[in-house]
Amino acid sequence: MNKISIENLTLHYSDGTESLRNITMGIPANQITVLFGPAGGGKSSLLRILNRLNDLADVTYLNGRVLLDEEDILSPKIDVINLRRRVGMVFARPVVLPMSIRQNLTYGLEVAGMKDRYRLDEAVERSLQQAALWNEVQDRLDDPAIALSGGQQQRLCLARVLALEPEVILLDEPTSGLDPISTGKVEESLQELKKTYTIVLVPHSVQQAARTADFAAFFLQGELIEYAANKILFTNPENQKTEDYVEGRFG
Amino acid sequence: MIKATSTSTTRYTTQRIGFGLLTAMTLFTVLPILAVVIYILVLGTPAINGEFISGFPREGMRAGGIWPAIVGTFYLTLGTAIFAVPLGIGAAIYLSEYAPENRWTRLIRIAIINLAGIPSVVYGLFGLGLFVLFLQFGTSILAGSLTLSIMTLPVIISTTEEALRAVPQAFRTVSISLGATKWQTIRRIVLPQALPGTLTGVILGLERAAGETAPILFTVAAFFLPRLPASPLDATMALPYHLFVISTQVPGMPVKIQYGTALVLLAFVLGMNFIATTIRSRARARRQW
Amino acid sequence: MDNSLNWREKIITRFIKVSGYSAIIFVGLIFYFLLREGLPTLGEVQFNSLFATRWYPIEDYFGILPLIGGSLIVTIGATLIAVPFGVGAAIYISEIAPRWMREILKPLVEVLGGLPSVVLGFLGILILSPYLRVFLDLPTGLTALAGSLLLGGIAIPTVVSVAEDALDAVPKSYRDAALALGATEWQTIWRVTLPAARSGVLTAVMLGIGRAIGETMTVMMVTGNAPVMPGGLGALFEPARTMTATIAAEMGEVANGSVHYHVLFFIGIVLFLISLIVNVTASAVVFRQHKRQERILS
Repeated sequence: MNKISIENLTLHYSDGTESLRNITMGIPANQITVLFGPAGGGKSSLLRILNRLNDLADVTYLNGRVLLDEEDILSPKIDVINLRRRVGMVFARPVVLPMSIRQNLTYGLEVAGMKDRYRLDEAVERSLQQAALWNEVQDRLDDPAIALSGGQQQRLCLARVLALEPEVILLDEPTSGLDPISTGKVEESLQELKKTYTIVLVPHSVQQAARTADFAAFFLQGELIEYAANKILFTNPENQKTEDYVEGRFG
Repeated sequence: MIKATSTSTTRYTTQRIGFGLLTAMTLFTVLPILAVVIYILVLGTPAINGEFISGFPREGMRAGGIWPAIVGTFYLTLGTAIFAVPLGIGAAIYLSEYAPENRWTRLIRIAIINLAGIPSVVYGLFGLGLFVLFLQFGTSILAGSLTLSIMTLPVIISTTEEALRAVPQAFRTVSISLGATKWQTIRRIVLPQALPGTLTGVILGLERAAGETAPILFTVAAFFLPRLPASPLDATMALPYHLFVISTQVPGMPVKIQYGTALVLLAFVLGMNFIATTIRSRARARRQW
Repeated sequence: MDNSLNWREKIITRFIKVSGYSAIIFVGLIFYFLLREGLPTLGEVQFNSLFATRWYPIEDYFGILPLIGGSLIVTIGATLIAVPFGVGAAIYISEIAPRWMREILKPLVEVLGGLPSVVLGFLGILILSPYLRVFLDLPTGLTALAGSLLLGGIAIPTVVSVAEDALDAVPKSYRDAALALGATEWQTIWRVTLPAARSGVLTAVMLGIGRAIGETMTVMMVTGNAPVMPGGLGALFEPARTMTATIAAEMGEVANGSVHYHVLFFIGIVLFLISLIVNVTASAVVFRQHKRQERILS
């Protein structure tokens, strides 16, 4: 069952950088789908379309359909704010908002209009548990979030998305700035989280792609070269370019 | 090798002379400021007492106090803040958060630069033409405050915009990605982070308004009005205009009162300047990004 | 999201947009009201007598040339002071001064920018002009020179802060490259940093001049207020009367709608146009510089 279906998606930016050419793919529910390939291949652009963050960029041309549960999210009629609550995003660099740990976690709920203290507290604890951060910060929830270490900050960013109980989580190289131990923790959480959420990940290396993916899509210069289950794509790819990249011959 | 050494000696001599010259020029620029402030402080302090601050002028302003002028300047500054602060901050938010990069935005920027450059007496003419005569506010605090607020606008806009732009873009992206609307993002993230810079800009703008004379000459200022204004439609005395009056228009004016008035005006203006710079430097030290 | 929030957001966004455009509206309004009150002059005073050398409104002589000349002479004097001292101080603050010195100097220059011009005029009357009278052996110290000296001081902060920004914006790599080639710091300043910042420094000079032309209270108080056509640089040592001072001094005493009133507004138009030209030129320099930087970056 596909959570998201992308149909003939094409995109150009006004400055002529990274773009997408006629992408068609399905993203299955409760799986980790990995988008990988060399820089500038279009992975991040695709990710940002899935919660319409590309609205902030200078897009000159956008065509095709992206269906989330049969609803076209590119349609002008869609409630973008609501979409962003259903599809959460974790960025490459951990950006904590300049407020306390607790406020970081409740921010999304509060802008959505939730005022009930009890439910907010509940969301804080649940999301921190899910991101494997609860034990480390439960005693200092009102400290400024900036005081956390890099790895903790990135897990806080993940928790911040989880607090909104989205349906889909997008992660854009979430471990690129982290040490191996923190990276391991994040990857572990993902395996747990996919039971509840649909996950789309842009990994920071081929190794991470191979470690985490259920399904993997290889992007090169705006085109989807190959898309298959992990086993097939990393051991027996059909396309020569995929094989070359996976084996480290370029990139 | 020896030759190279000798030329480099002359080169360094030139440098030493040049640096000395520039240092001297800078001192020539800066020392008079200190001299002015100290001079007024020394000669003005003896005039300051309870009656001078809180009393009304007597004997054709040659005795008594300057209370109506102090109150007038306070009201004018307050009135200017009421109009200029929301408008200035709104414009800064527009330029920093909403404005597309196009011809109109460039036109806005040129207009702001122009507002900043228009001579203060021309603002006075404009205030007379629009507020005093056309809108029939008369010479009043209302007309003066409106005139001063338009004059103050460019300072508030440009410092506030700078403060808003200094807030990292990533905060905005994160906030939007968590489902906040654009205004929620501005209201909850951008504005609080830019608050110290905004305050600094606002106070610096108001400082200018408080010290200006030319724009209020024909819009508010009363030569001699020994009572406090009762409504925004009243004329009022004001410190800068009062200093102008007693130093040029009144023969036989005791010097002590002149220096006292100058000191109170200077304290008013430099006090605001001090508050503004303190806020700015504190915020810089405490900033988390 | 509930509807009331949506509605509120729309109103706020509208307000922000209107504020954004307010600057254009105000410049337009200012120009309109100056024209409205000033243009009737052209119907009331003959062109020849308007651009004549005699300003004596009581007898209906409305020649504005001596006022323009007064502004010119005072401004030239102020520029001769403000440009070298302002640019020199900017170079010192940006390139030479140690950090702690900079932390003291920058706020001090800002304080100078904030000193009310009426305070400077007051000190000009009480201290500067008596001193000038004795020192230069003049009949009066209230001369164009006194105005120039004080105006120079008023224009300096503008010149310093804009020029310093421009110098600051020169990439450190330029300086490093020059120093690495064996240039002294002095040579680096003159041959690399200053030329690289020249358009910004030029902007600083223009804005400083604009500030000087527009200054009102100080010049009104110290220049002696004699609307005499200046003959040459010698006029620096004689009393003068600028356009701004004329408006400030006479507007309070004219009847609304009289010829004199219209002429004063007409002078306002002249001042407005001068500041418009100065500032549009200055901002054109700034914009061009931006474009060039963008081209280098992309």
